[in-house]
Amino acid sequence: MHRIDCPWCGVRDEAEFQYQGDATVKRPAPDAPAEAFFRYVYIRENPRGWHTEWWHHIGGCRQWIKVVRNTLTHEIASCGSPQDDLEIPGEDGG
Amino acid sequence: MQYSALSILWQGLTGNTGWKPMWRDPEPRNEYDIILIGGGGHGLSTAYYLAREHGLTNVAVLEKGWIGSGNVGRNTTIIRSNYMLAPNTHFYEKSMKLWEGLEQDLNFNTMVSQRGVINLFHSDPQRDAFARRGNAMRLAGIDAELLDPDQLREWVPILDFENARFPIRGGLLQRRGGTARHDAVAWGYARGADSRGVDIVQNCEVLDIRVEGGRAVGVDTTRGYFKAKKIGIAVAGNTSRLARMAGIELPVESHVLQAFVSEGIKPLIDTVVTFGAGHFYISQSDKGGLVFGGDLDGYNSYAQRGNLPMMEHVMAGGMAIMPAIGRVRMLRHWGGIMDMSFDGSPFICRTGIDGLYLNGGWCYGGFKATPASGWCFAHTIARDEPHPLNAAFTIDRFEKGRMLDEKGVGPYPWIQ
Repeated sequence: MHRIDCPWCGVRDEAEFQYQGDATVKRPAPDAPAEAFFRYVYIRENPRGWHTEWWHHIGGCRQWIKVVRNTLTHEIASCGSPQDDLEIPGEDGG
Repeated sequence: MQYSALSILWQGLTGNTGWKPMWRDPEPRNEYDIILIGGGGHGLSTAYYLAREHGLTNVAVLEKGWIGSGNVGRNTTIIRSNYMLAPNTHFYEKSMKLWEGLEQDLNFNTMVSQRGVINLFHSDPQRDAFARRGNAMRLAGIDAELLDPDQLREWVPILDFENARFPIRGGLLQRRGGTARHDAVAWGYARGADSRGVDIVQNCEVLDIRVEGGRAVGVDTTRGYFKAKKIGIAVAGNTSRLARMAGIELPVESHVLQAFVSEGIKPLIDTVVTFGAGHFYISQSDKGGLVFGGDLDGYNSYAQRGNLPMMEHVMAGGMAIMPAIGRVRMLRHWGGIMDMSFDGSPFICRTGIDGLYLNGGWCYGGFKATPASGWCFAHTIARDEPHPLNAAFTIDRFEKGRMLDEKGVGPYPWIQ
């Protein structure tokens, strides 16, 4: 069971959240080439190990939360607001 | 060894001491014409069809664990071809036809049981959508019938037809759909490939794919380096990792999908029922256990185990549509890692690297696809060009706007 530390509400059960995908992809500038938009929409790193991702606290404060979570162990390293630059733990978990 | 009623009788009378291992445990050679990475259903069926259809037997299947230890042993054994988009329709129907002849073909009891697959619908718009899908199937020569509630009651009397939130208005039935014995599929293909000369190398994890001058030339493994003229990847949830070894980035995310088996009970349901509106589907195994599942847990995962919220959600779906199972105890549950593509459809294709071929992106459809996946992948590798049945399953379809989004979900793998 994931327990996510919402910066606004505190530690809450995974069931209160909805996953919203990879938080490392950034929307390209409006005048960027089509290739950049293709990569933004479709290409994902999909790591086995630490992954920075969005969780939407849909059953709570409804804020989007940035989470660094290990996709192999389901361990959560850190949670923060969307503006936060969260550190990835050194070891990659695989 | 040929299996027959006589051989079973003879072995029974002689203490079952004469059975031989079904495949060899060969010491790998330094070089092969073709190396297939992944000894699951798709890798083994590919090896089998390379040997049987194309006469290519200088082939090795490399498996990091033991064969059949991945998703071919972690599914809910359902086979069907009830898709709507033409490339999916024809591909999965090819698979269904191969299922129908598989036991004779392999001389192995894969327990293919065409007990029917029924998708429930609950509203007029959903009925229209299912009628449309059924019509698309029939136009492609596939059986499909729209059942009204009275017909459905004869098939599955145990359902809660008057469910307040999702009253059952009928179902789309494919009679030729059903189930198969998943482990036997892996073993049957392994035995068939091995007997034709394919080396099945277990406990051999691929660590790197060597590419020289735009061409794949071999693989580094935990058992050494092997050269190969052609390399095929068929590794399900690890597709992104293997592709990255060759510098290929894919529109794929890995997600965990759970499944559950109850204690054995007397016959309750003799077909397969899917309750898509409630994220639940169910069948009953020959041992009496109810085999059921739902949707993805919904977050990237390589863990091969899921979490409790989705477990509760699946059980709630089961209780909603089939309240009679409420006191049945759950016996086991497990998770498999799905290689979710961004449109819900697979890849069987060449890559940008010569001699490197990809089989992946199976999402929810991997097990039922096993025969046709191997058949098409073998063709693609042997001829260095796709068969018409898998010509649409390319990596570049996203860039070109030719997505095969069967459900119209959009590029969000975790909600497919």
